[in-house]
Amino acid sequence: MSENLQTSVREICRACNNDRARMMDIVLAVQAKYGCVSSEAMDTIAKAVSTHRVEVESVVSFYAFLSSRPKGKVVIRLCNDVIDRMHGADRVAETFRQELGIGFGETTPDGQISLEYTPCIGMCDQAPAALVNDVVVTELHRSTAQHIVREINRHMDPRRLVTRLGDGNNAHQLVQAMVNNNIRKAGPVIFAPSDLGAGLAKALAMSPAEVIRDIKTARLRGRGGAGFPTGMKWEFARGANDQNRYVVCNADEGEPGTFKDRVILTERPELLIEGMAIAGYAIGASEGIIYLRGEYAYLRAFLEHMLNECRNWGILGQNIGGKKGFHFDIRIQMGAGAYVCGEETALLSSCEGLRGDPKNRPPFPAQKGYQSHPTIVNNVETFCCVTRIMDKGAGAFAQLGSSGSPGTKLLSVSGDCRSQGVYEVEFGIKLRDVLKMVGGEDAGAVQVGGPSGRMVGPDEFDRPICYDHLATGGALMVFGPECNVVDIARQFMEFFVEESCGYCTPCRVGNVLLKERLEQILAGRGEREDLAYLQELGETIKTMSRCGLGQTSANPVLSTIQSFPAAYEALLKDTRTDGFRPTFDIGAALGEAQAIVGRRSVHFAD
Amino acid sequence: MAKPKVATTSLAGCFGCHMSLLDIDDRILKLVELVDFDKSPVDDIKEFTGRCAIGLIEGGCCNEENVRVLQDFRKHCDILISVGDCATMGGIPALRNNIPLEECYEEAYLNGPSVHNPKGRIPDDPELPLLLDKVYPCHEVVKIDYYLPGCPPPADTLWEALVALLSNKPVNLPYELIKYD
Repeated sequence: MSENLQTSVREICRACNNDRARMMDIVLAVQAKYGCVSSEAMDTIAKAVSTHRVEVESVVSFYAFLSSRPKGKVVIRLCNDVIDRMHGADRVAETFRQELGIGFGETTPDGQISLEYTPCIGMCDQAPAALVNDVVVTELHRSTAQHIVREINRHMDPRRLVTRLGDGNNAHQLVQAMVNNNIRKAGPVIFAPSDLGAGLAKALAMSPAEVIRDIKTARLRGRGGAGFPTGMKWEFARGANDQNRYVVCNADEGEPGTFKDRVILTERPELLIEGMAIAGYAIGASEGIIYLRGEYAYLRAFLEHMLNECRNWGILGQNIGGKKGFHFDIRIQMGAGAYVCGEETALLSSCEGLRGDPKNRPPFPAQKGYQSHPTIVNNVETFCCVTRIMDKGAGAFAQLGSSGSPGTKLLSVSGDCRSQGVYEVEFGIKLRDVLKMVGGEDAGAVQVGGPSGRMVGPDEFDRPICYDHLATGGALMVFGPECNVVDIARQFMEFFVEESCGYCTPCRVGNVLLKERLEQILAGRGEREDLAYLQELGETIKTMSRCGLGQTSANPVLSTIQSFPAAYEALLKDTRTDGFRPTFDIGAALGEAQAIVGRRSVHFAD
Repeated sequence: MAKPKVATTSLAGCFGCHMSLLDIDDRILKLVELVDFDKSPVDDIKEFTGRCAIGLIEGGCCNEENVRVLQDFRKHCDILISVGDCATMGGIPALRNNIPLEECYEEAYLNGPSVHNPKGRIPDDPELPLLLDKVYPCHEVVKIDYYLPGCPPPADTLWEALVALLSNKPVNLPYELIKYD
């Protein structure tokens, strides 16, 4: 048995050229085959790729989809983000627990099925949703959950759970998913009909410097959320003194509430691939990587197929478009369930076969990125914009949207509204108009940009959506008039506590402290000073953290305090005149001992 | 005029702080001139007889009785002082805070090397106060007015602080009295 394991693990390593940098592919393959990366497998991998065992173990222990202990043959991962809970994920969770007879984080005694929670899987528009191995199941309720467990128990084949297919390419034979695109509004950049290869052809007719100039003229800014000028990033990479350059597409769409990249990858992958090829030409790269989040594994075969098609169409390959010496190809790197890998330096670490730890900046990836070579990392949507800019011209693009934020933006709208889904709107649109469009006029609060973005109330609904006002990587979560914003902030903090990589203290410890203080306030033990404490601590986490995760993780707290002071006020107790802060709860402090000893307290009988 | 009253107690402490108080040596005669002792192990008065000016608290809260006593002190004393590191931060008893409570009980009553407990039961006698889930410093349970750190605080520190408080003067604790390395 163990010799078989060693042989087959060695084979997996050999298939990856015994290349340490492909650690992710290796451990994912071992995990898929054996349901875990056992201690023995780790030893074998370390030996095969000539590295230390701790390197392997640190990768296996980091990612949520990898484990060193055996999991069930089928793993059910129920999404527990805010939107899924709003739509009844807790009831679904209860049904899974009852039907399987196990709790979350456990495996059935026969070792067949494991049950877990997972943060947002990019299906908020059809929540509650879950992953059953790689298969996505959507719009769950009690009876479907019951059905899933019974079916799995019967045949152990998650693929047979898909009895209806979604629209568009979701029904493609290589996808076969019940996911729906929910494209509610198509705009001129991403979802308009496109002329395959036209953008690339026009780019190749120019010099690389001219391509970059056009991207700058279009004033394209990164669509992931931060909004860094794309042309400038490319120029840095092109100017770097190193001939090995890389183009990386960040398809690790992990920000809860965001799912627009899922739809692009399903419906417009050729637009993305073409954009990456243009980027390759512009910065002088011959290799591209699409970093695809583990949750979207169901799209992998389809994307591999589309890459092949693009090779056939001459968008990828050697001497592309007859341009001598311009070679460009793309490989897909799978992620394995780590939100922080959406941060570009963490993403590069992951591509290099390491834990998804962020790196120090500077040097920025454009100077020293993937394997220390100049690398541009752009969002899926950004590359699609590039293709369109090349095809239709920088001027046409710059005329769309607002002056500081040209172009269109895909919004992933979910929550308390009539039509959840993806909307392609021009930048500059007022939030109120978006709410009207989606049927969420009576919203009490909107989370703009996912947990790391900000929560706004009705008095800010007239602000425009653009980089300079309400910036968003795409997520709009709509909450009804009765929502409890403090509890929503607490749920977001729960998410950050879970997803912090743990490298730096402000983020690892600070987020826990924020969450605990919110819990106290929600339990009715909060005082006015708590708000000052939350603000001070939040600012510290923001300024002292090492990467974008910690630099934005306090936003749910800071922005709700700013926009919804009344919601906090209502929960606070009056401050005592002696300045004492009663946090001690004798009932809670004695509960455990009463259970162990088996009698009630005599000192505190009530 | 009646002398102000002082009360003292040792909660989850080792009485070391009380020993340090006795370490003021012959100044104890001066102290008795300044104050009367109310509820305190020094005079073995079990319950408060009236309002006190100062309450000295040694030790943190590890069980329900500690909480009761501490709340009682807060009710009867104008000024409460956390004396020593256990009262201030939990101290040595708080080392158990990282160990599940059930394990603490089992070690004490079932598994400890010197335990003789043929019935294998954790005692449920109401005379034995229930343990809290963890050891709390005093200021998390009631309002504490002053802190005197140290393990224990030196006799001179206690003396200077008490005299200053009783004579309504600012406390002047020179560096030597509050440095602990």
